[in-house]
Amino acid sequence: MSLASYFLVTFDDEHESVRQAGWIYLVATHIGTAFLLAFFIVLYKYSGSLDFDSSSMLKTAAPATASVLFLLALVGFGTKAGIMPLHVWLPEAHPAAPSHVSAVMSGVMIKMGIYGIIRTLFILPQGALWWGYLLIGIGVVSGILGVLMAIAQHDIKRLLAYHSVENIGIIVMGIGIGVLGTAMNSTTVAVAGFAGAMLHVVNHAIFKGLLFLGAGSVIHAAGTREIDKLGGIGKCMPFTAGAFLIGAIAICGLPPLNGFVSEFLIYIGSFEACVLGGIASLVPATAVISALAIIGALAAACFTKVFGIVFLGEPRSECAKNLHESPASMCITMAILAICCFVIGLGAPAAVMATKNAVIQLNGFEANAVTVQLETVAAIMSKVVISVACLFIFIAVIVFLRKMLLVGKTVGKSPTWDCGYAAPSVRMQYTGSSFAQPIVDMFKSVLHNRSKAVKITELFPQQARFESHTPDVSSEYLYRPIFRWVDLAMSKMRWVQYGVVQIYILYIAITLIILLVWKL
Amino acid sequence: MTMTNLAAMIIQPASAILLAPMLLGVINRVKAFFAGRRGQPLLQPYYDLWRLLHKGAVYSTTTSWVFRTAPVICLTAIILAVFIVPVGGRRSLFSFNGDIIFAAYLLGLMRFFIVIGALDTGSSFEGMGASREVHFSALAEPALFIVFAAMARQTSNISFSGIFAAVTPQMWVNNCATLLLAAAAMLIVLLTENARIPIDDPNTHLELTMIHEVMVLDNSGPDLAFILYGAALKLWLFAAIFVGVLLPINQMPQWFSIPATVAAVFAVAVFTGIIESCMARLRLLNVPNLLFTSISLAILSLVFALRN
Repeated sequence: MSLASYFLVTFDDEHESVRQAGWIYLVATHIGTAFLLAFFIVLYKYSGSLDFDSSSMLKTAAPATASVLFLLALVGFGTKAGIMPLHVWLPEAHPAAPSHVSAVMSGVMIKMGIYGIIRTLFILPQGALWWGYLLIGIGVVSGILGVLMAIAQHDIKRLLAYHSVENIGIIVMGIGIGVLGTAMNSTTVAVAGFAGAMLHVVNHAIFKGLLFLGAGSVIHAAGTREIDKLGGIGKCMPFTAGAFLIGAIAICGLPPLNGFVSEFLIYIGSFEACVLGGIASLVPATAVISALAIIGALAAACFTKVFGIVFLGEPRSECAKNLHESPASMCITMAILAICCFVIGLGAPAAVMATKNAVIQLNGFEANAVTVQLETVAAIMSKVVISVACLFIFIAVIVFLRKMLLVGKTVGKSPTWDCGYAAPSVRMQYTGSSFAQPIVDMFKSVLHNRSKAVKITELFPQQARFESHTPDVSSEYLYRPIFRWVDLAMSKMRWVQYGVVQIYILYIAITLIILLVWKL
Repeated sequence: MTMTNLAAMIIQPASAILLAPMLLGVINRVKAFFAGRRGQPLLQPYYDLWRLLHKGAVYSTTTSWVFRTAPVICLTAIILAVFIVPVGGRRSLFSFNGDIIFAAYLLGLMRFFIVIGALDTGSSFEGMGASREVHFSALAEPALFIVFAAMARQTSNISFSGIFAAVTPQMWVNNCATLLLAAAAMLIVLLTENARIPIDDPNTHLELTMIHEVMVLDNSGPDLAFILYGAALKLWLFAAIFVGVLLPINQMPQWFSIPATVAAVFAVAVFTGIIESCMARLRLLNVPNLLFTSISLAILSLVFALRN
């Protein structure tokens, strides 16, 4: 999978940046694989099999072994899933790949990492409480930092890539709540957490696929990924705009779409943990609740920014003018995914019950108890769906009311109110960067964003410049120093490399002799 | 479900839908009283709504269908939320476990649409207001949810009706710290979400300093009426939650608790008017500090709730 997707990432290999992104992806995914190799070796040692199905004898493994396996799997699969701080390849590889490939990578491939983590939990004995803490911690950090990094981006696909990190965070939080519930011995908590996580895997695949395809459609038409250069695209590409809006509402977890259903389940699990448990479960549960609240609000900030700046207002540059809607083949795929958002959102009770088979296997609870709990949650969801149906009725009534009220009245058109200024220009519009500035500024201690501005000195300044840039915190402050250190250490070994073939053959001979002596 | 229960369930949202604009009138009268003026009639907001509903509309040439959809979605989302929060009754029409989350997310839906509606005009003033709105809500949202978590913990319930019903005089005796801290945090969220002083001044006339008002600069006629009415309902909703958390009367007979709660909602409006009259507006840069205070109060409330 890694190799195949390397070639997908480097599809546009004529660009230097794309080759660089492919390289980062290759390195990161192999580091993940290295941990997975260690994981499988330990697994084989204790269970005598590399088969997930026949590793159930691990259920009796010592807690220490189980914990080692859990940690190895978390790092190995976590790299593939893109949890913080192992996510560095994700914001590089996703924008570099063509949009439909990004949709597949973000929707399906990073979920293989989540799948791996869940399968590992399934074969291991019942988890310790600290596993839940660790998962929740990772989820909270990935979720909040992911969405913060996303807000600070100027490149639409990079922004979406960071949102994948955020959503992986939400999924990991859900798994964490599930593990917490198992450790607390509470079916209510565990079932809601695991079911929420599983459903969010599916939901994220749908709305993120939709958003990447929508972004691809915009990039295809406008030829730029820079959010601040776009604007007013909704008028020439109404279909893409509508589809993107549906994806945006879904990813913010707002009712009545699918994102709400899975986040709601995780909320329910956390609130129950908050109510039922002692302080040991209240603290992580509250962390999840407040993290989900912050993530929800920030995701709404981020997607109002993307949708508002890219699709609404006036075109901010030449490349956003006179665009044409994408061909039917692109529109139909978006339409299917947008419909799926509605189907899962409005068929929420069925969607909740659909997770039954997976959840039953996961935690050590009785199948009956799990079914009963899922039915309780599904009953709640059906009430949500009924209220949402009322929402649609209200909308219809109010639209009709407005139509009636405006009959016979003058409905005029005029330019936007600009406080009496006579010659407004499109460059006076708010941009994505200015929209996000207060939030980015508030979190500057975490984001370490840099900005450069030319100071105005004269009374009648001729030119002004401002640029801002938010590099990835973990690649800047974690990986760069590590790799620099590795580089330094390795360069000390240069003396081994003479460049003379005979000496290399000598090395081979010596190695061979050492091996022979050691084994004989 | 008996007839009285059904009647109570209908009276609660009906009272909100009928009386919500009056809250704004009450606040205005209180502010006028403090300023030594007579003030506008109590029913002025109704006259304003009536006038707006009978006007034509002007749409900016920059706007698209999003701008026309936004007021409708805002109003419907808040109406649905009003149907969820009980006002002194045992239950509301849509009451279920976890309705606190659903109501909060409906408010999120409302905010999403008002923000994209503002961005649709392409005006930098409206962009400014939208940007501030999402900024402050990113802090108000966790405060609100932590208050919910504290109240859920305190009352072992995760629905509005359950939480409100569990607040009894006995709980005030034993756990007044939780309730008071939660109410204080809630009050800050109420002022923020409803654009009141000290966060935002609903009477300001300078676009540069506005938050909520500036986002609807380009709305007119029925659209503006929908938005103003939605704002009144939102104030009612937050006041009802605030009162529900504070007043231990939900165990009493409904013929008493419903009118008493409605009266208390108006008392919150009077209180808001007093706050507005006694305080200056905060500098915009200081608003996050106030919201951090709210988050801290909510966390403290949760700590006290841990005792049981």
